[in-house]
Amino acid sequence: MSVRNILLGCATILMVASLYLVFIYVPTEATMGVVQRIFYFHVPLAWVAFLAFFVVFAFSILYLWKRAEKWDVLASASAEVGTVFTTLFLATGSIWAKPVWGVWWTWDPRLTSALILWIIYIAYHLVRSYAGGSRGPRFAAVVGIVGFIDVPIVALAITLWRTQHPGPAIFQGGLAPSMMLTLMVCLITFTVLYALLMLIRIAMKNDESEIRRLKLTGN
Amino acid sequence: MSFWNKALAIAWKDVISEMRTREIVFSVLVFAILVIVVFNFAFGETQETLTAVAPGILWVTFAFSGVLSLNRAFVAEKEDGCLEGLMACSAGREVIFVGKLLGNLLFMLVVEAIALPVFMVLFNLPVLSFELITITVLATVGFVALGTLFSALATNTRAREMVLPILFLPLVVPVIIAAVKATGLALAGQSWSDMSTWLSMIIAFDIVFLVVSYLVFPFVIEE
Repeated sequence: MSVRNILLGCATILMVASLYLVFIYVPTEATMGVVQRIFYFHVPLAWVAFLAFFVVFAFSILYLWKRAEKWDVLASASAEVGTVFTTLFLATGSIWAKPVWGVWWTWDPRLTSALILWIIYIAYHLVRSYAGGSRGPRFAAVVGIVGFIDVPIVALAITLWRTQHPGPAIFQGGLAPSMMLTLMVCLITFTVLYALLMLIRIAMKNDESEIRRLKLTGN
Repeated sequence: MSFWNKALAIAWKDVISEMRTREIVFSVLVFAILVIVVFNFAFGETQETLTAVAPGILWVTFAFSGVLSLNRAFVAEKEDGCLEGLMACSAGREVIFVGKLLGNLLFMLVVEAIALPVFMVLFNLPVLSFELITITVLATVGFVALGTLFSALATNTRAREMVLPILFLPLVVPVIIAAVKATGLALAGQSWSDMSTWLSMIIAFDIVFLVVSYLVFPFVIEE
């Protein structure tokens, strides 16, 4: 059995378990009601997005240093997954905000930082495709490094800028044990899903470059 | 030649070329004044509104004109293999970065030096203060440090005029926020200690952006 199939099996089992925990096992939160269950998807999505961008950062440095194509493949696959997960956590956050805060969007430090994070990695993909040829991976690596270093700076500046806004009060009270368990299982599920998506994307990218090589050499 | 002599020579080359062509500073300055005029149409109802939005208008103006000016920074280097020439002579890539940075910084400061008094007069705001000039110069250093890096990167892509603002503006947001906040306090006549948080933030961002851009720049222009 390949690693990919094992991961696929794990992800499927974990996803079913997560769905059971989120929709059946865990009690409904007292003040926010049933919509709070989106929390168990929202937080893992955000966690995976940050993990993915850290992976982009690490492999971008490795690529610029060693210049092996495989590091660029890893970085670009991770950036794609990260961008998708950022889009999803912005969307789930927005769906959650509407009934609880009464608005789809508010210029809260966390939300604003997340939006800028999203724009930075959209630009990452833009640069990669617009640079063309051997420049693409190199330029993308530069954006991957500078972008990741910039994220905490952006967050710091925005937090100081909007000090009058209260942060979302989810983490202040602590979580009930059943909620904590559900969150942990969801975190593991989405991390496994990330690994699986990475493997699939990397395999696709390797096939793509193999096809390109065959087309060029003709044998 | 020492590191700084070489960097200054590159910056000086840009200054001479700019004095002969008048491509960047003049058109960017006209653009900056235009932006101020357009904002006046958008917000110029009462003096109170104008005073409230003035710091934001000022920095949006500087950011847009900065992007316009940075878009041109490496165009001349691309023509006739100028950049290859610079890299072939003994100047290291770090030297090219510092030289281009100094040139860009000078161009932007010249534009700001003229646009700032115009802005003050048109918006009827308190006269130029030493605080405001310090904030402008400090924030421009960070802006240009990151801008020089991404200008070199964007010039080598398709649709470069679009790539630079999309890539550069979200990354430079911290400097703009700190500059807007500090400018607001300076325009309200606050003391140094009131704006020290924002000033020290600008200085910290300057250092981070200078170091990161300096380290990463060599990877952008190797060809």
